[in-house]
Amino acid sequence: MITHHITDSLLMGYAAGALSEPLDLIVASHVSLCDDARARLSAYESVGGAMLEAETPVDIAHDSFDKTLQLIMGDAPTDTVHEAVKAPMPHAVFPKPLRDYVGGDLDSIRWRPLGFGVKQAVVTPRRETAVARLLSIPAGQAMPDHGHSGLEVTLVLEGAYIDANGRFARGDIEVATEEDEHTPVADIGGECICLVVTDAPLRFNGVIPKVAQKILRI
Amino acid sequence: MKNPKDAADWIVHIKAVAQTRDQSAFKALFVYFGPRVKSFLMRSGLEESLAEECMQEVMVSVWRKAHLFDPSKASPGTWIFTIARNRKIDLLRKSSRPEPEDLPWGPEAQKDQHEILELQQDTDRLREALVKLPQKQRDLVERAFLGDISHKEIATETGLPLGTIKSRIRLAIERLRHELGVEATR
Repeated sequence: MITHHITDSLLMGYAAGALSEPLDLIVASHVSLCDDARARLSAYESVGGAMLEAETPVDIAHDSFDKTLQLIMGDAPTDTVHEAVKAPMPHAVFPKPLRDYVGGDLDSIRWRPLGFGVKQAVVTPRRETAVARLLSIPAGQAMPDHGHSGLEVTLVLEGAYIDANGRFARGDIEVATEEDEHTPVADIGGECICLVVTDAPLRFNGVIPKVAQKILRI
Repeated sequence: MKNPKDAADWIVHIKAVAQTRDQSAFKALFVYFGPRVKSFLMRSGLEESLAEECMQEVMVSVWRKAHLFDPSKASPGTWIFTIARNRKIDLLRKSSRPEPEDLPWGPEAQKDQHEILELQQDTDRLREALVKLPQKQRDLVERAFLGDISHKEIATETGLPLGTIKSRIRLAIERLRHELGVEATR
C-alpha cells in the first residue's frame, strides 16, 4: 500500500515532457508501481491531448502522406501484436523502466561502497546536472546527515526507511527541497534499496562525509 | 466512414487501422492529426523540416501501434500526443525515454463501453474548456506543454475539469486489476 505520493508538478512535468532524464526515470518507475499516480498522469496527459487538438494546423509537405506510407511499407512487417503481452517479471525488484534503463534487475548492479555499509551506483550519465543513483542502506543504518541545494526525489524499491516525515516503503516517493535536512534511517526489517534523483550535488554535514563526497563524487 | 467529429469517431478509425489495416481510415487520421502534430513540434522548438520528418515518424507509430491503443485509458488525441511527445524527446536525447510499464492487459480484455464513452466525452469537454480558458491561463498551460517553463513554475490551478478524468481512469484501472486478480505492487 503506497502511502506517500508524488507531487502534481512532477506528474505534470512528465506529462509535458519537461523533466530531465533522471526525473523521467524516477517518475516512470513510480507510476509503474502506483495506480493513483498513473491515473493522475493520464489526466495531465489528456491536457496535452486537448492542446494538440486545439493546435492550428500548419502546412505539411505535399508528399507527406505518401512518404509516411512508404515508411510503413518499406520496413519488414514487424509482429508487434504480441508486444503488449511480453512476460512481466512479477518478482523483479526494479520496475520495468528502471530495468530497461540499467539493463537488468537488482542483481546486475555494480555497487560502490560509501562507508558504514552504505553502497551506491550512479545510473545516469554525468553529462547532466541531475543525477539518478541507487542507494543500498543496511538495516537500521542511517544515511549520512545531508541537505541539498536543489530537489531530491527518493523512491523506495525494497525495504523501508524512516525519517522526520514518516515511514517510506516500496513504491513510496519522497520529494525534498533545499529547506529539508533529513536523516533517513533504514528500517530494521532488512536493507533498504532506493532510487534517488538529485538535481544538484548533496551537501553533507560533518568533515568525514565531506571528504568522502570529494573522493566518491556523490 | 462518416466524417469524424469527436473522440468516439476517431476510436473507430484507429480500430479500423488496427484490425483491417484500413488505409482510408489512416488517411483521415493523418489529415486531421498530422498538421496538428507538426504544429505542436514546431512550437516546441523543432525547425520545420525536422518537425515534418518527426511528424511522419509519429504517424508511422500510430499505424504500427494502433492495436495497443486503449480507449479506456486515453482519448485518441491524448494517445497521439504522448507518441509525439516521446518521439520529440527521443530525438533530442538520442536515446529512448523511460516510460511507465504497460499494465498487464491487452486490447482483448473486456471493456465497459459506457465507461469508455464517458471518458471520451470528458476529454472532449476538457478540450472545449481549454479553448475557453482566459488567454493568460491558456498560455501558461501551452507554454508548459511546449517545454517553455520548468515543472516548478507550472500552476495547476487553471480550473480545468481533470478530477472526473482522474477518477474515471482510476476506476477503469481498479476494475481491470480486479478482473485479472493483479496486485498493484509486485
